[in-house]
Amino acid sequence: MRDTSYQAVMARRPEIIRRATTIDYCEFESGSIAFDYEKMMRQAAYDIAEVAAIQKETAIGATPLIELKNITRLVRQIAPQGKGARIFLKDEAANPSGSFKARRASVSVYHACKHGYPGVIAATSGNFGAAIASQAAMRNLSSIIIQEVFDSRGVCQPEIMEKGRACEAYGAEVLQLSVGPELFYMFLLVLEETGFFNASLYTPFSIAGIETLGKEVAEQTKQYVGCYPDAVVVTHAGGGNVTGTARGLRHAGCDKTKVIGASVDLSGLHMASDNDFNRKSFTTGHTGFGVPFATNPDRVDVPRNAARSLRYLDRYVTVTQGEVFYVTEMLAALEGIERGPAGNTSLAAAIALAKQMSQEEVIVVQETEYTGAGKHPSPQLTFAKANGITVRRGMPTDNVPGKTIVIPENPGQISVKDIDLDKMRYSYIRNALSQNLRPNLADIEFLAQETRLLPAAVEELANQIMSEK
Amino acid sequence: MAYARQGDWVQIYQVVLPAGERAPQVPPETMQVPLELKVKGFLLDEQAQIGQQVAICTLARRQLSGKLVAINPAYGVDYGLPQPELITIAGELRGLLRGEHDA
Repeated sequence: MRDTSYQAVMARRPEIIRRATTIDYCEFESGSIAFDYEKMMRQAAYDIAEVAAIQKETAIGATPLIELKNITRLVRQIAPQGKGARIFLKDEAANPSGSFKARRASVSVYHACKHGYPGVIAATSGNFGAAIASQAAMRNLSSIIIQEVFDSRGVCQPEIMEKGRACEAYGAEVLQLSVGPELFYMFLLVLEETGFFNASLYTPFSIAGIETLGKEVAEQTKQYVGCYPDAVVVTHAGGGNVTGTARGLRHAGCDKTKVIGASVDLSGLHMASDNDFNRKSFTTGHTGFGVPFATNPDRVDVPRNAARSLRYLDRYVTVTQGEVFYVTEMLAALEGIERGPAGNTSLAAAIALAKQMSQEEVIVVQETEYTGAGKHPSPQLTFAKANGITVRRGMPTDNVPGKTIVIPENPGQISVKDIDLDKMRYSYIRNALSQNLRPNLADIEFLAQETRLLPAAVEELANQIMSEK
Repeated sequence: MAYARQGDWVQIYQVVLPAGERAPQVPPETMQVPLELKVKGFLLDEQAQIGQQVAICTLARRQLSGKLVAINPAYGVDYGLPQPELITIAGELRGLLRGEHDA
């Protein structure tokens, strides 16, 4: 009988992952820090035309691009003279499982089917689980979704409960776990037992699936307004949404479009803490994923993460939980579109950013997600209050993650806070050098691509970090 | 006491990792509690009471066993209570758009 202790299963990780992804990551490794990212994306996945064809088979994509005319008017009322960019929204909730994650799931499920796997497994508490279950249903595969759902009191986040319900509706077995990073241990254990495919969020399949979203944003904006968007705002968590969208935009020729990541500020809350788990109202799109995954991308369920957001981010901003709830109400009240709330993180940021941009400019919010019981501001605030969080109207700057949710009193109060990308680049390089390796020339070139710094600047930072050790 | 019959939709419970045997990187408050699992499926035993060890067949057609904790468990999701902090927002914003108030 196999040893199923935590240590033994984690030690078998490379072998389990290789069998469950069809990818031999060693092919792209250099033996040092550098690895060939573009070769991995080229060889392991499918090109954008193939991905579009795969997605068409299961009714994914070609979602509407909607001009938010009333919100734009409102922004122009409160913006300085001549300011107030046109705001557009890519309605990704129109995908089969109700979010852009259908794109992310589609290629993995297609690939699993093509290679004769009996089923697919994903470890996720979010929309991705529903997307995998939905795609698996369409391609007649079994699916297992592993969720982090409840704390040691048995208390569950309403949003995660709803996603679990959706997974079951699509025919998935849902393994509901208490709080902790050992979700990954469970994931490996079940992969090993079942021989199912690892529908990871972070394989090249997953990221290639999102590239069509960036391409559609580019093409639809051009068709609608005659030019490419000046800025695209992307809700940022593990980095896949930013990476895939930016690659798709580039593929379409959007060289000047700014890619702006937006996360809900949950600073101060520990993501593996049993106490903090139910003190947050957002289970994704927050800084608890956005910062660590950008600065240490390979901390995931595959050896090399295909989501590498620092390669693509032009700017990274945060908004508060209260601001996202406020714009969720705004979207419904002024545009007649009830979506979110987590997907509206980038909408909150776009409203703040549009105030600073000229009226000739165009800003696109690249996703929405479905809404429903549990996954809506009112159950989330009901839950927050029951867990001791204060909810009130006031200045968003008074928000304290885990303690106070402040809903803005007027749209003029919506703003973004910049996260210093240079500091994140420094953290990234420090993490990359944590094995105490002295970087060679290829490593310096790789780190320059990863951080969008010049090789000389990387070398200087690397020397500084090595001398501090 | 409530009991389930073969074929009923039920929920089982297992302790996956006991307290103290968790991953080394978890914070102290998490280390003090076990890693627990709940999963639903169709009961394979002929009949069982809450609290008994049972086997189920899941939607992915796997057989799993554990302690029976619920029979036909509720989804547990709803829209909660209408929130006073939210329900006036629509009227406020429409008023602003119509120029009834200063933004």
